[in-house]
Amino acid sequence: MTATSVPFRVLPELSDRTASFWQGGEQGELRFHRCGPCGMRLHPPVPVCPSCGSHEVNPEAVSGRATILTFTTNYQAWMPGPDLPYVVAIIAIDEDPRVRLTTNIVGCRPEDVRIGMPVQVVFEHHPDPDGDIWIPLFMPAEELV
Amino acid sequence: MGRASERLEKRSCITGIGQSEIGRRLFRDPLELTIDACRAAIADAGLQPSDIDGLSTYPGMLDGGPGFNGANATEVQDAMRLELDWFDSGVETSGQLGSVIKACLAVGAGLANHVLCFRSVWEGSAQKGGGRAPIGGGSAAFRASGSLQWTLPFAAPSAAIWIAMFAARHFHEFGTTREQLAAIAINGRRNAARNPQAIYREPLSLDDYMAARMISWPFCLLDCDVPCDGATAFIVSRDERASDLRHPPVRVEAVGTALHGRPSWDQFDDLTTMANRDAAAHLWSRTDLKPSDVDIAQIYDGFSFLALSWLEALGFCEVGEGGPFLAGGERIAPTGELPMNTHGGQLSAGRLHGYGFLHEAVVQLRGDGGARQVAGDPRVAVAAAGGGNTCGCLLVSRD
Repeated sequence: MTATSVPFRVLPELSDRTASFWQGGEQGELRFHRCGPCGMRLHPPVPVCPSCGSHEVNPEAVSGRATILTFTTNYQAWMPGPDLPYVVAIIAIDEDPRVRLTTNIVGCRPEDVRIGMPVQVVFEHHPDPDGDIWIPLFMPAEELV
Repeated sequence: MGRASERLEKRSCITGIGQSEIGRRLFRDPLELTIDACRAAIADAGLQPSDIDGLSTYPGMLDGGPGFNGANATEVQDAMRLELDWFDSGVETSGQLGSVIKACLAVGAGLANHVLCFRSVWEGSAQKGGGRAPIGGGSAAFRASGSLQWTLPFAAPSAAIWIAMFAARHFHEFGTTREQLAAIAINGRRNAARNPQAIYREPLSLDDYMAARMISWPFCLLDCDVPCDGATAFIVSRDERASDLRHPPVRVEAVGTALHGRPSWDQFDDLTTMANRDAAAHLWSRTDLKPSDVDIAQIYDGFSFLALSWLEALGFCEVGEGGPFLAGGERIAPTGELPMNTHGGQLSAGRLHGYGFLHEAVVQLRGDGGARQVAGDPRVAVAAAGGGNTCGCLLVSRD
């Protein structure tokens, strides 16, 4: 699923370590690095598992389902971006509540966003000569049912 | 995990304080402001520039946005022709006051006798009339890297947004309210009225606060500190060199530098507390004094919620009780049980970025507060600065 309108966004600089995250949306996948031997999910991505020390760390898709841990409705035009007001949230993925993302909540009115709300990833495609980017945003999960 | 028990910071004293002219927009050379503050601190201690053998500052060569850094260590060393046995500068430390804490350790370790510490900002002039600048670029060509790539693509380029989310979680878990946060802003403004150096000195009511423009809920404009121009400097001296200087020394009783949670805004384990939880616990582990021994608290309020969070972290109330502790503002008033931000804090006295709190702690412990001097002969003060993943604090006292 693709978000309907595409606002200006500061895009990330792609690197070998982060491309799997920022380009997973091409396949509709939200991906995080995960340690092969111990299974720990790692974000932001690092090349060595902080738990068991393994170098077998590779990106792996998760379900894209998550829960809103906290959020703010932002009214200030800091820079070009989404229409005001917009919601910035910290979500935790269903597979591991220790793995968080700062993101935007879309697909509902800001006044309908709640802490604890189940959400689902939706990607916003930004074509770019240096490599396209898919920004992972989240919308209320019930909107997808 | 055992902690080191030797407390080198107790060998250090704050013997000099200085500030430049401070204003909303001064349009003066920030290096000139910095040197003004440094020379004032050296003179306040009764020293000469040739006595300075150490230098420490925050944030060093960091592009933190327009006006974030008025002078680097090398610029000040050269401009003042300082001959240094020890120097340090950088942003990866325990908050803005981490630079002062490093100076305490340097004199404790015998690397220097008198360390000049400074923090210089000119955000007011540098940001001109355009309002507070976002962190990072706003152009189509700019690419976010490092930690900023996890926030800027989501239109979250300000600590106002990042900290608002901690506040919102605190509101959610503990029932904290905007009226309770307002006490921080109103207390600061009332105190600023008695501080001639403060930026905003006109009275502020709860109605004014509740009517102010919303920035990032729950923060309105009056929850956000005011960018300004100005520099603050300290002289940190080794104890045996402090006794025959111009003022009675203010002793460093303990410092707090710990960060046990992940050094991240959004990956931090508890979204109602921040790095101040670890730094404050560290401070109390290094002294026999208790929160009840503190006479005055000078606590970072770059955003109002940070002060609430520090009050909880430092044990002046339980985690979750910050709102009721602040409600009505009586406890933190100059006549209350814990006078707080007696100069106005950064919300009203200007965003001097951490150093203003330690400056005011020394002013009050010396009894030099003038119209804003806290009664009752305060002897112990805490100065705390920072938020998110960068926090540090000092407990200071006089004999």
